[in-house]
Amino acid sequence: MTLFDVVAAVKDPELRVLNVAELGILRDVDVTEDGSAVTVTITPTYSGCPAMDLIRADIESALHDAGVEDVQVRTVLDPPWTTDMITEEGRSKLAAAGIAPPSSTKVTVQLSIRCPRCGSPATEQLSRFGSTACKSLWRCTACLEPFDAVKAL
Amino acid sequence: MSHFGYVLGLADDALIAAQRLSEWCSRAPEMEEDIALANIALDQLGVARMLLSYAGELEGQGRTEDDLAYLREAHEFRNVRLVELDNGDFAVTMAKLLFLSVYQRLLYDRSIGAGDERIAAVAAKARKESAYHVDHSSRWVVRLGDGTDESHRRMQAAVDQIWPYTHQLFEADPAVHALALTGVVVAPSTLRPAWLDTIDTVLTESHLSRPTAEAASQLSSPTTETAVMSRTRTEHTEALTELLADMQVLHRAHPGARW
Repeated sequence: MTLFDVVAAVKDPELRVLNVAELGILRDVDVTEDGSAVTVTITPTYSGCPAMDLIRADIESALHDAGVEDVQVRTVLDPPWTTDMITEEGRSKLAAAGIAPPSSTKVTVQLSIRCPRCGSPATEQLSRFGSTACKSLWRCTACLEPFDAVKAL
Repeated sequence: MSHFGYVLGLADDALIAAQRLSEWCSRAPEMEEDIALANIALDQLGVARMLLSYAGELEGQGRTEDDLAYLREAHEFRNVRLVELDNGDFAVTMAKLLFLSVYQRLLYDRSIGAGDERIAAVAAKARKESAYHVDHSSRWVVRLGDGTDESHRRMQAAVDQIWPYTHQLFEADPAVHALALTGVVVAPSTLRPAWLDTIDTVLTESHLSRPTAEAASQLSSPTTETAVMSRTRTEHTEALTELLADMQVLHRAHPGARW
C-alpha cells in the first residue's frame, strides 16, 4: 500500500461510504524522496463544510499510523470542487447506500432524480437543503421512502 | 483601510449574515426551513472564514480569523447594516436574504475576473452556493407576496423596511474606489443595475413593488433613505452590539477556547 493509498482510504465523515479520493476532494499527495515527510492537498466541497477539520485530522493520523511523522495538510480552492469530481465508483457506492448521486452539472435540463431504493423516477423534492450542506431531501412517490440526494454543484 | 478594509468588509457581511441566520435554528416555521437557514448560514460562515484569514494576512499583524471575528469591537466591523438588522418576522428575514444573496451572487461572479486572485478563488467557490440562496429566498418572497392578504401585506412591509439599507451595498469609500479603478476589485456601484433587474423581476412576480414615496416617508428617522445612505461601513446600529455580545461571549470568557 503506497502512502497515496493510505490517504485515499480516509473516509468522508458525512458521506461515510465514500473515501476522499472517490469524493474528489483529494488533489495531491506529495512524498519526499526518503519518505519521511508528506504534504497532502485537499479542497473543500462547500465553503463552510464543517467536516474539513475532521478530514484533516483523519489524514494526519492515517499517515502517522503508517509511520510518517512529518505531515502537512494544505487546503486549496482553485479549481473549485464540483459534484462532477465524484468518481463513477463513488456514485455507485452512494446509490447502494440509499443516497441519490448528483446529476452532471453539464446537463442543462434537470432530469428527475431516481429513487435509490426502487429506481422510480416519480420523486419529489421536500427541501433543497438536507442533513448536510451537500445534500437535499427527497421522497419517492412510488415506494413512499424519503431519501437524501447529493446536490449537483 | 485599503485592500485589508475591503476584504474585511466582504468577510464581515458574510460573518454577520451567518450569525443572524443561525438565530433561526430551532425556531423556523417548519423543520425543512430550519435546516435550510442553518445551511445557508454555514455557507456564509465558510466564506467569512476564508476571507477573514486572507484579511489577516493582508494586514500583516498576525491576526487570525478568530482574532478578527471574536476580538473586535462593533466600530471595527465593516459589514453593511443590512446584515446586522434584527431578523424581524420571517418576511423581513427573507427580504434581507434576497437582497443580500442577489448582491453576493453578482459580486462573486464578477470578482472571478478581477485582479485579486485570492478573492477570485473564494468567489468561484461561493457563487454556486449563492445561487441556492437566491433561489431559496426568491421562492419564499414569491410565495409570501403572492399568498394571502396577510402574507402579502407583511412581505411588502418587509421590502419597505429593508429597502433603504440596500443602497449601502453599492457604495465605495475612496480606497475601494481606487482599488476598483485599477481592476483589483469590482466597483460596487457597477453591480446595481443587474441587481435591480433581478430584484424587480422577483418583486413583479410576487405582486410586490419597491417602496412607494409614501411608504418611504412613513419610515421614521434615522431609517430614511438619505440618513441610511450617508453612513460609512464602520457606523452601525445597536443591533450589531447585541449580536456581537452573543457571538463573542464564549471566546472572550475563555480566550483561545477550542472544540
